Formats: sequence, C-alpha cells, structure tokens
Amino acid sequence: MNAAAQQVYKPRRNLELALLLMALTVAVGSQFLVALALDEPITTDYYVEGAVFAGLVLAFHVVLRLRAKYADPFILPIVVTLNGLGIAMIHRLDFTPSFSGVADRQLMWTGVSIVAAIVLLWLLRDHRRLRQLTYISLAVSVVLLFLPIVPGLGQELNGARIWVTLGPASFQPSEIAKITLAVFFAGFLANNRDLILLAGRKVGPVTFPRLRDLAPMFIAWIIAIGVLVVQNDLGNALMFFGLFVAVIYVATSRFSWIAIGSVFMLIGAALAYQFVGHFRDRVEIWLNAFDQDIYERTFGGSYQVVQGLFGLAHGGLVGTGLGSGNPNMVSLANSDMIIAAFGEELGFIGLSAMLLLYLLLFSRYMRAGLGTRDTFGKLLAVGLAVVLVLQVFVVVGGLTRVIPMTGLATPFLAAGGSALLANWLIVAVLLLISHSARQPVIVGPMVNATGESSSGIESRLQHSDGPGARESAVHRHSAHRHHHDDDETRLNHTPADQQAPADQGGTK
Amino acid sequence: MSELAVTVLQFGVLLLLWILILSIIAAQGRDMTISKRSRARAAAPHPAPAQRSGPPAPAGTGHSGPTQRPRPRRLLVSEGPLAGTELPLGSASIMMGRAQECTLVLDDDYASGKHARLFPQGSRWFLEDLGSTNGTWLGDEQLTRASTVEPGDRIRIGKTVLELRT
Repeated sequence: MNAAAQQVYKPRRNLELALLLMALTVAVGSQFLVALALDEPITTDYYVEGAVFAGLVLAFHVVLRLRAKYADPFILPIVVTLNGLGIAMIHRLDFTPSFSGVADRQLMWTGVSIVAAIVLLWLLRDHRRLRQLTYISLAVSVVLLFLPIVPGLGQELNGARIWVTLGPASFQPSEIAKITLAVFFAGFLANNRDLILLAGRKVGPVTFPRLRDLAPMFIAWIIAIGVLVVQNDLGNALMFFGLFVAVIYVATSRFSWIAIGSVFMLIGAALAYQFVGHFRDRVEIWLNAFDQDIYERTFGGSYQVVQGLFGLAHGGLVGTGLGSGNPNMVSLANSDMIIAAFGEELGFIGLSAMLLLYLLLFSRYMRAGLGTRDTFGKLLAVGLAVVLVLQVFVVVGGLTRVIPMTGLATPFLAAGGSALLANWLIVAVLLLISHSARQPVIVGPMVNATGESSSGIESRLQHSDGPGARESAVHRHSAHRHHHDDDETRLNHTPADQQAPADQGGTK
Repeated sequence: MSELAVTVLQFGVLLLLWILILSIIAAQGRDMTISKRSRARAAAPHPAPAQRSGPPAPAGTGHSGPTQRPRPRRLLVSEGPLAGTELPLGSASIMMGRAQECTLVLDDDYASGKHARLFPQGSRWFLEDLGSTNGTWLGDEQLTRASTVEPGDRIRIGKTVLELRT
C-alpha cells in the first residue's frame, strides 16, 4: 500500500528555502521601495542591512536543516515577511518628522532576536525539556511581572508602568513573561489534567474541580492579572486571561471554562470601568470616538483612534502605495498603530494579506500542536498560538473600534525590541514542537501473524518498519478502539481522541 | 525614478504578498484537512479499519498462514494487592488504574487514576501509558510509547505486576 509512503512527512526544507526567498524579496524589496518612493538616495547602508537581514534568516534556515529537519516549513517565511514589512514601515516613518532612527534599532533587535531564537533552537533540541521547568518558569514569570513595580528599575511611559530600565537599555518584561507563563500553564495542566478532570463535585451537569487541584494556576493567574492591572497594562491582562482560559479549555475540553471565562471577563471589565480611570477613558473613546469633546481632549482623547480610522479610509482598496501616504498623522504610528499605517499605504488588499499571514501563522502553530504527541507540547503550542492571535485581535480590534483600544505590540511588526525577541523565541519553540510532530518515529519490525483482524493500519506499520513508520499509527488505532469500547471513559480522555484526528491529517 | 515605475513597484509588493500567500496555501496541500475523516469516524465509529484505506489490503489475506502465534487469552495479576485476579481478554481494550470506571480497578496507592491501557491490534496486545505519575514498566523498561506485550512479559504498575497468559 502506498499509503505508507504518503503518510510519512517529508522535511520540505527546500520548499521553505523557496518561500524564504520570496519573503526576503518582499522584505528587502520594500526597504528599497521606500527610498525610491520618497526620493531618498539609496546608500550602501541599504545593501548592508538587506544582506545582514537575509544572511541571518538564511542562517536560521541552515540551522533548521541541521537541528530540526522536519520543522514546519511555513512558519519561518511568514514571520520573515511580517518582520521585514514592519522594518520597512518603520524605516518609512523615520523619513517623516515624527520619528528618526527607529528602524536601525528595530533592525538591530531583529538581529538579536533571530540569533536568540537560533541559540534557543540549538540548545533546547526538544521542547519537552521545557516541561521540567514548569515551576521555575512560574517563578520567573512572577519576577518578570513584578520587575516594573520595583522602584528605581521600573519606568512609566504613556500611562503604563511596564518598562524596566537598566542603564541605556529598557525592556518590557511582560513580553517574556507570556512565554514563561505559557510554559507553566502547559506543564501544570499536562501534569494535573486527570486530577482536574476526575476529582471534583458534580453540580447539575457541570463538574467543578477541587480548588486545591487548580490552586497553583489560579494563584499564578491572579498574580499576573493583578500586577498588570496595577501597571495599567490592560492589553496584556486581557492576553494572559485569554491564554489561561484557552489552555484550560483545551486541556479539559469542557466548554464550561469558556463560559466561566467570559463571565469573569465581563466582571473584570465592569470592575476596571468602575475603578480604573485610564480604562474608563478608553471605553469612552471606543463608544464616542467622533464626539468633538473627546476628540479634542489633550490627554486620553480619541485623536489617535480617529486618525487611524481616517488613515484606513484614506488607504481605500489598494492603498496610497508604500511611501506615498501620510501615516505619520497618527501618533505612535510605528508601534501601537502600525496596522493603521499599513492600512493606509497598502490598502485593504495589502492589510488583508497581512492579516491572512497572521491567520496562516496561527494555523501553523495550531497544526504543530495537533500533530505533536505529548500533552505538554500540545498545550504549549495552543497557548502560544492563542498569545499570537490575541495580540493581533487586541491591536486590530482596538484600531477598528471592535473593542476598546488597549496598547499591545503587533507581533513582528511594531517597533519594540522586547516584543520582537519574545515572538522570535516563540517561533523557535514552535518550530521545535512541529519538528517533533512531523518527525518520523522508528517502530520496530512488526509482523501480523493472524490476519483475522488485520487492518490497513497494521499493514502500514509493517510496510514501513524502518525509519519511515510513525508511532502515531499505534496511537491512532488505540484512540479508535477506545471510541467504541468504553464510551463512558471517552469523555475523560478526549485528548487521546483529539490526537487521532490530528494524526489523521498527516496520512493524506 | 519616475513616478510610474514607483507605482508599478508599489503594486508589485501587493502582488508578491498575495503570490506568497497563495503559494503557502497551495504548498500546504491537504495538511490542514483534519476534520473530514475524524468527523466521519466520530459519526460511525464501527467501520472495519481496512475499509478506510480504499481497496482491501492484500495483507488481509496473506496473513492467515501457518505462522499463527498463540493468542493471549487472560490477563493475570501476579503481584500486588490484587494478586491472583484474572481478566479474560476479548477484543476490547482494557483500562487500568484507580478510577472506578477502569476495566481493571487497581487498589494500588502508586497507580494513577487512569494509569495505562492495554489494547489489541491484530494478534497482538499493546500497552500504552496514559500519562501516569509513576510510570508503567514493561520488563525493566519504562514505557515511553505504546509497545507490544508478549505473553509472559511483566507489566508493572505501582506495586502491581500483571502478565498476559495464553
């Protein structure tokens, strides 16, 4: 049966290289286009910077060939495209009076981030080793989240106290904390999933887990949210909340978590509206952005949001063209509002392409999670995917007035070193997870001796009793059996069942 | 640089972006089509696995030959609190652990709620650890993935030792 041959994943590194070359063409080409459109001289700097960027990206590709041959071939090209476009837009805004020299810093941080991601990929080798760091990463998260409150270290900027300054360098620790918290949530739930699922009191149709089983998670989560609220960092608070709900929902596959989470979020929003003045301003801006009083307010007015909307409208379908618009009309156009700048210059066609790139990236993250065989990897991939998608949602939703505006860094696009570093580290972790998901597992030779209940699956195993066979064939079968053999226990073992469809996807 | 050329290049960026997206989607192929099969399976969980892979597998006929191995018929608890207990092996999988819904409820403090599962495939039985706290041992080795169990192999879960008997 040729199914055996098809079932095995190919490394597909050459495909990645081809896509990377296209991505680099977009990324580096748009840099040159910015200079051409603005009639700036093209100096040797452009060539040097383009070459450095391309060199680092190709180095990453080579490292993948060496260390994670079976990693997902689409993640890196997507990320490179987004990051390159971000640098180009920041570069373009540097030519306006509002900004200067941000692009060089962004490029430097991109370099640092890519190198850090390569180092992480090289040293970590297997994402499962992160599971040993479950509680260490909890401690690290708490320290990172508390750092900005420490007097002398923390620094307040634009109403939010989320920065840490050490000499000349400033850093946003909450960006890194989202990785460590995702590791903790995934590790904790992978260890305690059964306990949370099985033990507990049943009230009506809902089984409530015992409080002590969930206590570490709740404590971690309350600390995270509390600290962020104190720091006035509502965007990140929303993101951590979403991460928590998503991971616990995936781990237990109980819809009640989503319902409980939504209720808590509404309560939280109501409380924030009552007690956080900052947030009340945001809600007012959201509801009455075009109100003259609110628009003209000097601080906490809707000027930024409205200008962003005007920018999007000015862009129209095809945009003004990269370098030909006025995206600097919006304040913070190169960080929080960079999506508005893209909407204006690339238009609906360009912006929807970028949002689609995010969607593809998200789906690749989820695919890695579905494909991998260990619970920890699944939960970690889902958590990190949710982090990505929530950031995009909070930023784009805030910009387009779907939700109140809360400042978050658009992944890979916005100016800001910490966010870039964190997102590239996430890429490294997910590449490792996808490598373990797609990697063939060596199964010993198996002979089907009876034939009476021989199945296609078994002969598949038999056909590929070399490095080609995948262990998941066994898993799949077990999950399948499981389905009709003990239906009662099925509910409690949904992860095993979910595993089956995940593996199925690869058999085509 | 003429304005026309710049405009053409600006459109070129958009075009290239979409070409990139379309080639990614095209190259993904059917990598993302997970749902159809699993949904079909969830709806009708009983089709013979062989039917799912199109033409009947030639392997099906080739294996009824003379190399028939003795099939394990019983699961025997040889050590631990439940020593002496026997369980007939049918075609259903066996869940072992402390949880009440398990097929074999182990009264063993070192076992997890759902500790391990024993399931048949062809003529063989496979043992799979279900993420237990203390692990499952097959012989001297801790299970890391589903493995075949031969009659006489020692399966150790906590303080309980089990064996397959023909």
